[in-house]
Amino acid sequence: MRRVKATGFHLLLPLSVLAFLVVVNVIKGVDYFSLSVINGALYGNIPNILFGASELVVLAVGMTLVTSSSGGQDISVGVAGAITSSVFVAILLGADKITWWTIFAGFLAGCAVGVLIGAFNGSLVAVFKVQPMVATLILFTAGRSVAFLIDGKLSPILANDLTSRIGGVMPGVFIQTPILLTAVFIALIALLLKTTNLKLYAQSVGVNEKAARLNGIDPVAVKLLTFMLLGVCTAVAGFIAVCKAGRHDSVNLLKYIEMDAILAVAIGGNALGGGKFSVTGSIIGAYTIEVLNRTLLRLEVDTEAIKAVKAVFIIVLMVLASPVVRGYLANAVRRPRSGTQTGTVAEEAEDGWVSAPDAFRGREAP
Amino acid sequence: MRTVKGRETLSNSNLLFMIAAVIFVLMYALAMAIYPGSFLQLQTFFDLFSLNAPLIILTCGMSIVMIGGGIDISVGGVTGLVTMCCAVFLESGGGDVWSSMILALGIGIAFGLLQGFLIAYLEIQPFIITLAGMFLANGLLTTIHKDPLNVTLPGFVALRDAELVIPLLGSHNRLGNFIPLGIKIGAFVVVALVIALAVLMKWSRFGRNLYAVGGNSQSALMLGINVKRTKFQSYLICGSLSGIAGFVYIMTTGAGNVGNASGFEMKAIASSIIGGTMLSGGVGNLLGSPVGALTLLTINELIRAAGVNSNLQAIASGLLLCVFIVLQGVVVRLRGGGNLARALPSWLPAGKTTGKGK
Repeated sequence: MRRVKATGFHLLLPLSVLAFLVVVNVIKGVDYFSLSVINGALYGNIPNILFGASELVVLAVGMTLVTSSSGGQDISVGVAGAITSSVFVAILLGADKITWWTIFAGFLAGCAVGVLIGAFNGSLVAVFKVQPMVATLILFTAGRSVAFLIDGKLSPILANDLTSRIGGVMPGVFIQTPILLTAVFIALIALLLKTTNLKLYAQSVGVNEKAARLNGIDPVAVKLLTFMLLGVCTAVAGFIAVCKAGRHDSVNLLKYIEMDAILAVAIGGNALGGGKFSVTGSIIGAYTIEVLNRTLLRLEVDTEAIKAVKAVFIIVLMVLASPVVRGYLANAVRRPRSGTQTGTVAEEAEDGWVSAPDAFRGREAP
Repeated sequence: MRTVKGRETLSNSNLLFMIAAVIFVLMYALAMAIYPGSFLQLQTFFDLFSLNAPLIILTCGMSIVMIGGGIDISVGGVTGLVTMCCAVFLESGGGDVWSSMILALGIGIAFGLLQGFLIAYLEIQPFIITLAGMFLANGLLTTIHKDPLNVTLPGFVALRDAELVIPLLGSHNRLGNFIPLGIKIGAFVVVALVIALAVLMKWSRFGRNLYAVGGNSQSALMLGINVKRTKFQSYLICGSLSGIAGFVYIMTTGAGNVGNASGFEMKAIASSIIGGTMLSGGVGNLLGSPVGALTLLTINELIRAAGVNSNLQAIASGLLLCVFIVLQGVVVRLRGGGNLARALPSWLPAGKTTGKGK
């Protein structure tokens, strides 16, 4: 039993928050889970959440890998998504006729640009030893203008059936396509992490770079690889976002999503200072943020006040998850049960309450 | 530490500051050479100060937090909130200029207290907490008032339009009329604050403690420095500076608006980095902050003067940032060997490696 608790603890925070939000929604109205079929596709609260969070989930997965290996965050993901999708749009609009093949070619070109962007950020981080946030600030500053220059004009429109099917519903399929794409993406990432040593390498580089090198792992290569993977994630997210929107708005596409992606990683119980990570936690964290946004809308909070309420929610959540508060809680749990059981309770505290705060330790970790 | 290091070689902080200062002077000289008509006028130089005073003040606050090894991305949001609160307060009829100044400072201090407490004493990620602080400030801003609000209170308008006129240093405009040099109050606030903060960081106990904490918080703790209180104070100073920046902002523009100071947090971080402060903490000279901000602003002015595609402004800022970041990385790494050698006892033969970084 304890084994299960120890390994599953990092998921306790995101899952309990998600459960809390769902309970709030159900109290507000029992029709929360209702589904309806419109034009041959499923609609309802749950499909809408899966649909709305698809880009965020994809980015949160990549952000988790980068956070783990480099101990910092990439704040250029939204901008990188805007650039990759501008390349995609440019290829589509440049083609004579839009077919599945041109879309595929555009997507591949987007991925290639994403890898290039990842290599640029990654080489600054891995070779020049720049803090990831500072390194990605360059692209954050310049990127939207680059996307605009690639577009050549303000928000070119993608008016055709094929991309609107990717952003909406395929004929004959019950589920909206972005949900399916996200599911496929998650499956591919799961396969990658299960079949390769990437997870182990990224974690060991994140925990202790020098020790990793002594063990024959090249930290530069691992960091570069994670940044390139994040580049692919931005290409996928940009592809989904531009197909959903139907036009490429270089100023507002994926705006501020980098903040939500980092938040998803933190809510997922991952250490922002690098090291061990859980992609599952980040995915749940991303969906939690989307549920939170939609819950606030459903509770009819004023649109002006939504951000403030969200901020208070995040602060409360982070306070509850902070090492100090957890220490107090652990003490409060331990004290009444002191006596014969002290040893076992303390041991439980070791693998549960006390180790988890590592997940939220700040950058002052060595 | 300082005495061992300081005599013959520059510390990292001062070296990076020198690089930033030299590049700024070169760039301004270049600007004067290309566009003598506008950049040779003293008015242009002082306008950079007057119109961008809020950004320079925020950069100073950001540098202080970054020297302590933290980050504060709520500064832009808090500045925007302060402008709107002051505008609403001044327009409500019951407010005067002095109490609105206290209000501005109070809001800044409140955010500093909250964030500082959560980050220093509850040990939560600074990034996440200040991100939440930014959301909170933005949310409160739109809750208080959504539409642009122009302040018409006579006392405030007088303060907004007040400027120090120096007739001797004026210039002739295109029509040949003589315009005396005018300096806004914001510029004086900036100069006073920069001097005060530079003195604080260099000669006070708090400043030295903050460098120690940012450099290595474990060692600082072992030296008997109250790490938590030092961090808390750094966020408190940054918060109150955002309050002051908010008031200076509304003193410059004269209106509260939802979009006020949005995106300033990233500009402030970029300016800090160009000014020679390192995000990893412990390195930075506060005098570099205004230099960094002015460098960024000068390049934007240059591109505006050139009249090319405005998108190039952002791209040029990015490139400038890139150059500085790579330069800093290389400089610090070249000196890395020297630092290690200096950490060894003096009787070890380490003299050869110390000269490497020069």
